[in-house]
Amino acid sequence: MVERKYCDMISRSKPGPGDGGNTGSWRVMRPIINLEACIPAKTGKKSCFNCWLYCPDCVVTKTIPPVINYEYCKGCGICAEECPAGAISMVAEATPITEDK
Amino acid sequence: MEKATTILNLTEDEFVHSGNRACSGCGLSIVYRMGLKALGKNTILVVPPSCLTVLQGLYPVASTKLPCVNVTFASTGAAATGVRAAMRALKKANVNVVAWAGDGGTSDIGIQALSGACERGENIIYICYDNEAYMNTGVQRSGTTPQGVLTTTTPIKGKLQEKKDVPSIIAAHGIGYVATASAAYPLDLYDKVKKATTISGPRYIHVHTPCPPGWNFDPRYTIKVGKLAVKTGLFDLYEIENGVFKLTGASLHLLGKTRLPVSEYFATQGRFKSLDAESVAKVQKQVDAKWANY
Amino acid sequence: MHIIESGNVAAATGVKLSRAQVIAAYPITPQTPLTEKLSEFVESGELAAEYIPVESEHSAMAVCIAASSAGARAFTATSANGLLYMVEQLHWAVGARLPVVMCVANRGIGAPWTVWNDQQDTISQRDVGWIQLYCNDHQQIIDSVIKAFKLAQTVSIPVMVCYDGYLLSHTYMPFEQPEQGKVDAFLPAFAPKHFLDPENPGNFNTVTLPDVRLDVDGNMAPGYIEIRHNLQEDLRAALLTYENIDREFEKEFGRGGNPFIEEYKCADAEFVAVCIGSLSYQLRDVVDMMREDQVKIGVMGVQIYRPFPDEAIIRALAGKRCVIVFEKALSYGNQGALYADIKSALYSSERKPRIHNYILGLGGREIKTQHLVDALAKSCASPDTFGDSPRWIGLKLQE
Repeated sequence: MVERKYCDMISRSKPGPGDGGNTGSWRVMRPIINLEACIPAKTGKKSCFNCWLYCPDCVVTKTIPPVINYEYCKGCGICAEECPAGAISMVAEATPITEDK
Repeated sequence: MEKATTILNLTEDEFVHSGNRACSGCGLSIVYRMGLKALGKNTILVVPPSCLTVLQGLYPVASTKLPCVNVTFASTGAAATGVRAAMRALKKANVNVVAWAGDGGTSDIGIQALSGACERGENIIYICYDNEAYMNTGVQRSGTTPQGVLTTTTPIKGKLQEKKDVPSIIAAHGIGYVATASAAYPLDLYDKVKKATTISGPRYIHVHTPCPPGWNFDPRYTIKVGKLAVKTGLFDLYEIENGVFKLTGASLHLLGKTRLPVSEYFATQGRFKSLDAESVAKVQKQVDAKWANY
Repeated sequence: MHIIESGNVAAATGVKLSRAQVIAAYPITPQTPLTEKLSEFVESGELAAEYIPVESEHSAMAVCIAASSAGARAFTATSANGLLYMVEQLHWAVGARLPVVMCVANRGIGAPWTVWNDQQDTISQRDVGWIQLYCNDHQQIIDSVIKAFKLAQTVSIPVMVCYDGYLLSHTYMPFEQPEQGKVDAFLPAFAPKHFLDPENPGNFNTVTLPDVRLDVDGNMAPGYIEIRHNLQEDLRAALLTYENIDREFEKEFGRGGNPFIEEYKCADAEFVAVCIGSLSYQLRDVVDMMREDQVKIGVMGVQIYRPFPDEAIIRALAGKRCVIVFEKALSYGNQGALYADIKSALYSSERKPRIHNYILGLGGREIKTQHLVDALAKSCASPDTFGDSPRWIGLKLQE
């Protein structure tokens, strides 16, 4: 008699991005890097990268210039707060539309 | 001493996926990201219930690129023991066996298993991220919640008791390496975890981990708040190597200098808002007395 | 090799022959001689295993769970309150589908403290999903341990091997010790499909949702309820697998053939006494005595309690005049658990016997043969007027 194939289901998760979905949609404020102020962008040298270091979500690249992955950036604003050059500003994702009366 | 890691030479390898379920500005996310960078690929993680359980992903998706076994709340130290025992039995060397638990899972429900593992001299790294309350269940007080803090189970008067000093309890087991670190000093944390991987026997790292929703501050200030805890002398960065205590990093720089007043740290977070001037003065006195002994 | 040893040493020897790789245990009477023997095997080098002297039973099972997740053959042993201290972990081990094997030397539960034998400890754990095997003598202990390791790793479900504290754990009996070479041939090395592996990272026992969900490759993964349904299906199928394993064991070692129930003089019996554990051998004496008085009676020992061998039990008991279930445990507020299970199994039968329930021996109260004779005589004399409530044997109540 053929025996059953046992243990066909087990809670073993495979690694992959976006378990929480498109977490960029959580964002209320969007970090925008001003490349004229950003130290590595301005100097063209590998330097600073505080935004990359402190990002909790691995969404900033250690490149010249640093690039933010908005698909997953949750908009916490730590990069803006920790940028020594003040090159990152947090901009409202949705600006209220003023309708003509 | 090994040369301190800098931002520029810190590895770009990441072991945590983006788009995970951690809150915006999560201190644990920074600690976890740095810790795993230091541990590297040959690591097996043991994780009890905590915010990390959520950060790590819901079946069938994992946000961690390392093998991990989720275990029951009280069993972390013993489960790490079991993984290591299997590694020995199966002749698999060069694997970091790392328990990663929150402060409740460490200082309260998990302390028996952790103490047992330390006493037996198990060859494991235990990392406690201390966000000073049961955050995953909605900010209930834990053994490591500081005195006076408002939590959902100390909602009016704030916690009446003082913070449990877990690193000292673990150090009393006489293990080879005990260290504290902070989410706000990721490179210091990285170097301590890295150092831990070069030592055998039980190693314990206690990481102060700001939590924006639980501590009631804007997520953009996670690093600022964490740094203030250190700069006011409330949470100290140190290592105890083979019984020898030494301040490290930002705390070492504070020696002989004027520290910021603790009130400055308290003012950044809503959880301290029930503290009156007398309580703040009492904490300041305690901190001053502690630093007088350094 | 024929040896005379205690039941605990029989269990330890079974563990050694099964080449357990990680053993973790915490002392509790009457399990202790088993773990003492295992630590001796490990220290002397007779058994190449890691022995972890943990600080609690909860941790003992934690070590087994983690070691098994990492791909090692894991074993622990306990009794009574020790078993109950690891209850959360029992659920975890089976939910994670880990082939841990655990011996339980059955003992009563506090409060009040008792160190003596009954079966309340394991019977109260019947619903966790572990396979439960029960032994009647030392030979069955050593054989069951070896079979348990094979069964556990075949079906990916942990197995408890239970035997009565003191009555079996501490008494000395002769038994045959299987040859190591034959055990090695019977029990292949543990090679799980999934284990904690840095080369193939996965996250085990993750939070699992109420509903199904796509995985990273676009395949639909089950939800919690599907995983639990799969466990139930596997447990039910495990009965057949155990029967096959037992047959294989019998072929190799010449012992076995009754993996589910052990019947004694049941073929022509009108009355069948039923119980779990060593009591069934004591009942054989009673059956022999009553047979001399022309009472057509037999005894049936239940050897596997979960998964419940309902088909074997129906085959054995349907058509009998009366079945008398003796239990050293109770589902408090109701009846004996075995009694209720047997009743439920026979419900669909068209040839239902009468069923009686006796509770006895709790907290080690001596089970006198005369008490058994009296109880059975009463049941056989008036099988139709017993009622559904259990009767207690040997109670010494003040009038």
